[in-house]
Amino acid sequence: MAGLLKTNTPPRWLLAELTYACPLQCPYCSNPLDYTKYKSELSTDDWKRVLTEARKMGAVQLGFSGGEPLTRPDLVELVQHARDLGYYSNLITSGYGLTEEKIMQLKTAGLDHIQVSIQASSQELNDHIAGTASFEHKQNVARLVKKHGYPMVLCVVIHRENIHQMPEILAMAEALGADYLELANTQYYGWAHLNRDLLLPTKEQFETAEAIAQAYKEKVAGKMKIYYVVPDFYENRPKACMNGWATTFLTIAPDGVALPCHSARDLPNFDCPNVNDFSVSDIWHDSKAFNFFRGFEWMQEPCRSCDEKEKDFGGCRCQAYLLTGDASATDPVCSKSPQHYVVDELIATARTSALSSNEKPLVFRNSKNAGRRLSD
Amino acid sequence: MTLNPEQLLTFSPLHRLQWEEVQQKTVILYPEGMVELNQSSAEILKLCDGTRHLAQLVQELETTFETSGLTADITAFLEVALDNGWITQN
Repeated sequence: MAGLLKTNTPPRWLLAELTYACPLQCPYCSNPLDYTKYKSELSTDDWKRVLTEARKMGAVQLGFSGGEPLTRPDLVELVQHARDLGYYSNLITSGYGLTEEKIMQLKTAGLDHIQVSIQASSQELNDHIAGTASFEHKQNVARLVKKHGYPMVLCVVIHRENIHQMPEILAMAEALGADYLELANTQYYGWAHLNRDLLLPTKEQFETAEAIAQAYKEKVAGKMKIYYVVPDFYENRPKACMNGWATTFLTIAPDGVALPCHSARDLPNFDCPNVNDFSVSDIWHDSKAFNFFRGFEWMQEPCRSCDEKEKDFGGCRCQAYLLTGDASATDPVCSKSPQHYVVDELIATARTSALSSNEKPLVFRNSKNAGRRLSD
Repeated sequence: MTLNPEQLLTFSPLHRLQWEEVQQKTVILYPEGMVELNQSSAEILKLCDGTRHLAQLVQELETTFETSGLTADITAFLEVALDNGWITQN
């Protein structure tokens, strides 16, 4: 911890979670389970100040996210401000409520790219997972994004309910003319952690789907780039989460809380600083939260003496906390972790659930469910 | 894809080429990604504005930097750029 002040690398990536409001109810949402607790949202001027300060420090990639960022009436104004500062702006949206007029306004304001999520390759499953009838509109939005000269990125979150559709998902992306297809295997935080037994594919399902996606990658080389986000539960080493704690990524939550990763507000007693109280630079360099897992001093064994620690930084702090109760522990995905058995057990539990005839229902992400005291 | 020496070279409209003051580097920006360029790569890409083909681009850089024999290096880099979708030809 610490000892590195002022010599830190600057943030490159700013994720602006403009709001937790969303018309969709995806059961793997990465927003906190108690998102309804955080009702206040930063004002337009506050967001502009945050963008200006982070850009001055060196941030260049900017994601407008949420919730659904389109629900913010000042989105076009913020995009314009970001363009004036020289950001490359990414709009990460469900597409819900996006009209051709808005797409053109955002283009004029300087938006660089729109990523549209689709939940499945069939209307029935898409609308079920999204909790909202949205399939046809999303397809139409994807076409309009393309028509207006944006790079079009289609994002499909993969889990046990849709993994069997892999061939159809790939064909749909190609037919829609996607420049990039992000096949994001679910990461089990937030609502996905709660619904893990119902969402985690079996190893056989995962391997079959991955082989199909890899083969398709060859087929569409030069036309459509496929990003395949692996489900790390089936790996022997953890992901290099966030490229290392507070080295590259900065997330600002709707209420102004600054986070080294978008799940970090779920870590206990973490006391994340708010941009209403501190400058972005002070937060990045000097706050306790951002220095907590910087460098290697905080590590326990087996990470501390591991020759791979500079490659994966001990994995994900939020996953370590969620699965072991200790945010400083080795990410239990790692086969060297003394608690790796936890991952084996949860894979087995999800498999049992997959094979049973009476699974419990998915818990959808909405204010009613957020209001309950939820725990697994 | 192979480079066609007869065709004009254009930087891809789906990417952005930009000088970054903090990093003191030119970068290529694209959806959720960034590539940092060294100076010579940046100089090559800046000339890919749809008005030059390979030989013209080489000649211009050789004149600017008062040198010769750049054809092989520039061709190799442009092939990488084409494969990555940073430039287009047609």
